[in-house]
Amino acid sequence: MVERCKACGFCVEFCPTKVLALSSAFNSKGYHPPHVVNPEKCSGCDLCGMYCPDFAIYGYKLPNAAPQKGVPDEG
Amino acid sequence: MSDFTNPVEPFLRTDRMPHIWCPGCGIGTTVNCFARALIESKIDLESLALVSGIGCTGRVAGYVKLDSFHTTHGRAIPFATGLKLANPKLNVVVYSGDGDLSAIGGNHLIHAARRNIDLKVICVNNLIYAMTGGQTAPTTPSHAITSTSPYGSCEPAFNLPHLVEAAGAVYVARWTTFHVRQLARSIAEAFNKKGFSFIEVISPCPTLFQRRNKLGDGLDTMKYYKEKSKVKHGAPTSEVGMTMTGEIIVGKFVDRDRPDYQTMARAQLAESLGDRFVEQAEMVCS
Repeated sequence: MVERCKACGFCVEFCPTKVLALSSAFNSKGYHPPHVVNPEKCSGCDLCGMYCPDFAIYGYKLPNAAPQKGVPDEG
Repeated sequence: MSDFTNPVEPFLRTDRMPHIWCPGCGIGTTVNCFARALIESKIDLESLALVSGIGCTGRVAGYVKLDSFHTTHGRAIPFATGLKLANPKLNVVVYSGDGDLSAIGGNHLIHAARRNIDLKVICVNNLIYAMTGGQTAPTTPSHAITSTSPYGSCEPAFNLPHLVEAAGAVYVARWTTFHVRQLARSIAEAFNKKGFSFIEVISPCPTLFQRRNKLGDGLDTMKYYKEKSKVKHGAPTSEVGMTMTGEIIVGKFVDRDRPDYQTMARAQLAESLGDRFVEQAEMVCS
């Protein structure tokens, strides 16, 4: 998943709770994929997944619905 | 890795990823919305066919794991019309770009709308011919710099919702790639509609349109969509024309009912043939 990322920044910009930020790490194509900076804030709304034009990220709600997160940070 | 998978994954030919769309291009976002609409509307994927023309958006047919066909330039709608007439049980989706649908296939678009053929047309409008190098398209707004109009385009642009409404479409909506949830809902709604449905999606082309016009990258364009788009359901389509940096009117503009092509064909045959017309479950060529 991380290899699909082209660092457009849509997920970072439009995350309603600002969970993500572009990291300083590179993927093999030289892009900076996002990483989770505020995991406790993630609501699992999957808006990042809706926006991601490269199908490289998605969000989900954990079933044992503690007010928890679960953005499997680009894989 | 968890048990969860990306909801769009089952709809993709993952062996073909990563796709060729540029960083910041919105076509992938529209595919996400399309996949969510398919999940939401619980449509039988066996009864679904997706037809694309040529262009950046035309590549969708090659990336989705559905019965899909990548037709010649501009001919997505005629191919889809044939599919629908030969097998009326199919849900036929035409997924193509503005150049393919409104320029090269412009006549097919208006005549399919006129006949009210039961197709769901998703038109990703990036305001330019993107795959061929950024030439002026019929949807390019006036004054835009393109590779064929280096001093700005002098032509007025097509207002696609107005065009298809005038031609007779029963469902017309426009969203941008910023309006992901609304777009997914709109696509799901179109699946419940019988007749010619047209959904225009305004999408960034950071490599050719935004770069040449100094409008920033894909993310800047998405912010512009967020800031400048205004939802006006039922807005008169004559007033929803696009400009370079002005307001974008989005929403569901038209939702009406009129008999689709196959219903009209049956009625006409029944009227002129009288008793000789035998109603069949399907109208098939024999």
